[in-house]
Amino acid sequence: MDSDDDFMSPVSSEDDILPDDSDNDDMSGAEDFDFDDEPDPDLGMSKDFERKKKVAYDISFKVFQPTDIQRQQDELVNEVNMILDISKEEAAILLRHFRWNKERLIEDYMDRPHQVLEAAGLAQTAARLPRLETIPGFVCDICCEDEEGLQSFAIKCGHRYCVDCYRQYLFQKIREEGEAARIQCPSDGCNLIIDARSLDLLVTADLADRYHELLTRTYVEDKDCLKWCPAPDCQNAIECGVKKKDLDKVVPTVSCLCGHRFCFGCILNDHQPAPCELVKKWLKKCADDSETANWISANTKECPKCNSTIEKNGGCNHMTCRKCKHEFCWMCMGLWSEHGTSWYSCNRFEEKSGTDARDAQAKSRVSLERYLHYYNRYANHEQSARLDKNIYIKTEQKMVQLQKESGMSWIEVQYLNAASQALQTCRQTLMWTYAFAFYLARNNLTEIFEDNQKDLEMAVEALSGMFEKPVSELSNVKVEMLDKTSYCNKRRVILLEDTAQNLAEGLWTFNVELTGAAAPSGPSARR
Amino acid sequence: MASQKRIAKELADCTTNPPAGMSISLANDSDVHKWHVVLDGPPDSVYAGGKFGIIVSLPSEYPFKAPVVTFATRIYHPNITNDSLGNICLSILKPENWKPASRLLAVLEAVRALLIEPQPDDPLEGRIADEYRRERKEFEKNAKTYVTRYAKGPVKFDVLAAAAAAAPASNTSS
Ligand SMILES: [Zn+2]
Ligand SMILES: [Zn+2]
Ligand SMILES: [Zn+2]
Ligand SMILES: [Zn+2]
Ligand SMILES: [Zn+2]
Ligand SMILES: [Zn+2]
Repeated sequence: MDSDDDFMSPVSSEDDILPDDSDNDDMSGAEDFDFDDEPDPDLGMSKDFERKKKVAYDISFKVFQPTDIQRQQDELVNEVNMILDISKEEAAILLRHFRWNKERLIEDYMDRPHQVLEAAGLAQTAARLPRLETIPGFVCDICCEDEEGLQSFAIKCGHRYCVDCYRQYLFQKIREEGEAARIQCPSDGCNLIIDARSLDLLVTADLADRYHELLTRTYVEDKDCLKWCPAPDCQNAIECGVKKKDLDKVVPTVSCLCGHRFCFGCILNDHQPAPCELVKKWLKKCADDSETANWISANTKECPKCNSTIEKNGGCNHMTCRKCKHEFCWMCMGLWSEHGTSWYSCNRFEEKSGTDARDAQAKSRVSLERYLHYYNRYANHEQSARLDKNIYIKTEQKMVQLQKESGMSWIEVQYLNAASQALQTCRQTLMWTYAFAFYLARNNLTEIFEDNQKDLEMAVEALSGMFEKPVSELSNVKVEMLDKTSYCNKRRVILLEDTAQNLAEGLWTFNVELTGAAAPSGPSARR
Repeated sequence: MASQKRIAKELADCTTNPPAGMSISLANDSDVHKWHVVLDGPPDSVYAGGKFGIIVSLPSEYPFKAPVVTFATRIYHPNITNDSLGNICLSILKPENWKPASRLLAVLEAVRALLIEPQPDDPLEGRIADEYRRERKEFEKNAKTYVTRYAKGPVKFDVLAAAAAAAPASNTSS
């Protein structure tokens, strides 16, 4: 997979990414997510389908910035602090212990406060402000030091250790182990949690900062409806109501404010229309067959007519041999002239008739050919997206030139940008349509899918072809390019819409067993 | 380093008043970070009659980081790798459970307890764990065969295994 994160474009298709518009500014007033609750089972999907009549593959989500995340936590802490009449530190520890489920915390606490405090590591003893103390005759049980005037510290349980040991312990936990919310008393077998105020008293400012950063992260990591944006250096989190069990019905692509588009289900880059589980299977297959993959992703091939070496340096698959002028398709090596006609079938794998695949060897050969057919196209679109982008980067430099020469304004040359974005997004989609199609059983729906795929692919190749024109000619094709760009985006929407609809209704027949165990478990990987 | 005093105290406690069925010494007198323990197979266990070499390596961050414990003697056990590394799975040694106030004495006692009662639900050797659960007789036979083959006679702290196990505790002095 390409991990280049601007692989997906922020402005790719304004009409299909709709971060909640109106109430985006303030989470507290959001009415479609009761943040304190575990969201209803199917909140993310059905409710929104009715309400906004969004396209079928569009899911509702929100982007939270670090300040939003902090504020939400503070609000919950304040609320619990008031309702249960306990300190804010304790409220925070209890909330974290209950994985930020406020309702359950309050209910349980009302029922049996002692057990709750015990379980969360908040034993009940006289509350007083934490402070360092010097006690005559004190021996630190960790370092065995006993010198006069040794400063020591203990949390409520009274297990007392010297300040140096305490500091080193906290350093080890925070810096080395990335722990924050569940750092316990250093005593063997004591599960009392060290609260934020005690911590602030003991450690240096930068370690305390790191601690609070980690605490904030547990808030996101503990909630199933929140995930970190995986883009490097992005601090935002995304909220989405799609559950793990929904992942065979929907492909929850979300889009962060930083521009990164990723799947909320598995955190990988956007892989619509293929559902997470197929993506996982596909990537595993590709990794297992990486030798074939290397062979295929080569940048050069031989001209099918004169055998001279041809290098692909743009994204377009319409190749013209420099030597013999033969025009062919990079993917299937067939005549290009056949690709513009109605019997274009470059995207479709023609199963050979059953007669010549009787023995095991022939069968395995057919299955390899079939895989290569899809892998070839999958890898090709991935590569083409990269090459298209390279061309765009070069073009961008020339855009400045074009502005000067043609007298066009900066705004006027933006059509190139829009075209480039459309190419990236559409190729990303096309790439995954091949992984998806690999697992599709042959039937009517699959035929319709392949028709949609073909339409999108042809549109994309046409746009990609325009893009390779010399800069001097680019201004002449402006209108045409604008049209093609919006046509590509439209074809993409149609394909995704159609696929998502069938997925939601469970209409697809796959040639593999789906178990519904697609999403990775455990905390979301980050940095 | 602050840990020296602590280690010295633990070592003194362990050598003057060693835990049941164990004898403890330093691998080499100039390095308090590597201990050699000889453990007698607990009576009433399938390991009875064997002598097992255990290497305890203390990382330079000890006691803030857990010690590394490995078996130098091959042993047939669900929670100890059936190879020359002799890695052991002990919950007290996991980062989330280890506390700086935890003592090596407790660690060694936990190792001994594991020989008396294996934990097949948290195995390092899945096959042996299965066998322990389903075909106890077979397990006992195999474990005893291992004792006879590897755990009789003088305990050897294999040089290679020891070097591998000691790696995390290198560059400690002062
Ligand atoms: Zn101390
Ligand atoms: Zn304590
Ligand atoms: Zn982001
Ligand atoms: Zn996914
Ligand atoms: Zn040629
Ligand atoms: Zn073709």
